[in-house]
Amino acid sequence: MKVVADAGICQGHQLCQGEAPTVFGFDEDADVVVLLDEHPDEALRAAVTTAVKYCPAFALSIEED
Amino acid sequence: MSLDDIPEVSTVLDDQDAGVPAIIKGTGHLPEMRVDPIALFHRVREECGDIGRFRLADKQVVLVTGAEANEAFFRAPENVLDQAAAYPFMTPIFGKGVVFDASPEERQQMLKNQALRGDMMRGHAQTIEAEIRRMVAGWGDEGEIDLLDFFAELTIYTTSSCLIGKPFRDQLDGSFAEIYHRLEHGTDAIAYVDPYADIENFKIRDEAREELVAKVQAIIAARVAQAESMGGEIPREDRDLLDVLIAVGYDAEMVTGIFISMMFAGHHTSSGTASWAMIELLRNPEVMGDVVAELDALYADGSEVSFQALRSIPVLEAALKETLRLHPPLVILMRLVQEDFDLLGHTIPAGTVLAASPRVSNRIEEDFPKADTFDPGRYVDPRQEDLQNRWTWIPFGAGKHRCVGNAFAMMQMKAIFSVILRDFEFEAVQPLDSYRDDFTKMVIQLAQPAKVRYRRRLRESR
Repeated sequence: MKVVADAGICQGHQLCQGEAPTVFGFDEDADVVVLLDEHPDEALRAAVTTAVKYCPAFALSIEED
Repeated sequence: MSLDDIPEVSTVLDDQDAGVPAIIKGTGHLPEMRVDPIALFHRVREECGDIGRFRLADKQVVLVTGAEANEAFFRAPENVLDQAAAYPFMTPIFGKGVVFDASPEERQQMLKNQALRGDMMRGHAQTIEAEIRRMVAGWGDEGEIDLLDFFAELTIYTTSSCLIGKPFRDQLDGSFAEIYHRLEHGTDAIAYVDPYADIENFKIRDEAREELVAKVQAIIAARVAQAESMGGEIPREDRDLLDVLIAVGYDAEMVTGIFISMMFAGHHTSSGTASWAMIELLRNPEVMGDVVAELDALYADGSEVSFQALRSIPVLEAALKETLRLHPPLVILMRLVQEDFDLLGHTIPAGTVLAASPRVSNRIEEDFPKADTFDPGRYVDPRQEDLQNRWTWIPFGAGKHRCVGNAFAMMQMKAIFSVILRDFEFEAVQPLDSYRDDFTKMVIQLAQPAKVRYRRRLRESR
């Protein structure tokens, strides 16, 4: 899977970091999400899916490779 | 292409009609928006497509729907579209000097520093659970409530307690909610002509605001007296935002305005959503059964509502999302164009109002098959019609301005229904199709009566 984060609409809630801290980081200066791992391991699918579903800004998505 | 190339919607209510109040004669579609905005907004899409136009007095309003136009609307640069100027009815409600809306940067700062931060949510969940239990503590084994009265009062307590503080909330009673509700008369669309016009609704608004200021004044006086009796300072653990504002030197007028503006976004929206969720669950007993079964199983181990409300409750969440899709609390989102703006090949001139409609977009048939049907199955894998349609599933708006309180709101809804559906069962006491919204103000509220009957559930163990 490929994770996509739209920094243009991220509001900086940082909930995704709680769900999958190895995939989602945070740019403290710009106050937006940064991707740490664009192609995470399948084992992280549940956590990434939860992060996408509960992102309060709808800024995340998963694209299948 | 210019504004003239954007088709204008038909007129069904003559703006010179004898029934139209004199002050809004000749104001184009304003008289219709004042009585039936839903029909007007839907007709714009039916007749004009993704980009259509109507007129409110001297303002041209360009209403966009559909994913492509909505995305352009929600992604528009901040300096081009002004939110505050598009809602002239809010200024007299908030009062002079109170900022209408924060910029995205300020909103982000508020998120980081204040009450809506993710790590504050646990405390809010506990506060909300306590407030709901306090509301139902006075219920007998069975009785009747009006959904608007009940949820409007509950959400006054939850928003004031979470956003301002418990000491302030503890000074409030049902009368505060009743007065606050009267403020909403100020959202009569006549404000597009003159927000200070000499009309009944604005008199009601101004009187309500004065009553709120008087109440806040009394609370401030008591707080100051309390501080004096304690040697000049209230102990740190008993302070809340009110003490901060008193220390800064704001008077009751200003404090009231700040509190009104803080509570406004989260109050009528949450109250209406809770009411409609209850109504849709009563209209769809099989969904109600699934939700109650889910909650009974979830809490069978004795876990806390304040813990579970922050976690996934999929069946209830799907019912809430479907409620929000069909009954978005805000039916139209507006911005005043500050400088000429290119929208899908059309140049929208400065001075135009640009608008998107959650009510219309949420029911686009191509995106939401059988769009008028309540179907929580839409949110189950692989359909996920909210995530699949992130520019048309817009009960919270979209983009940078997407409702910053949406996680708080969903948590609050999950907490409310976790408490009331496990301890009580509900039934309609009026025909199911008689529950409806009152669309005569820009702030939409449930039309009364909206009564339901509750009965305490008999359970062997909790």
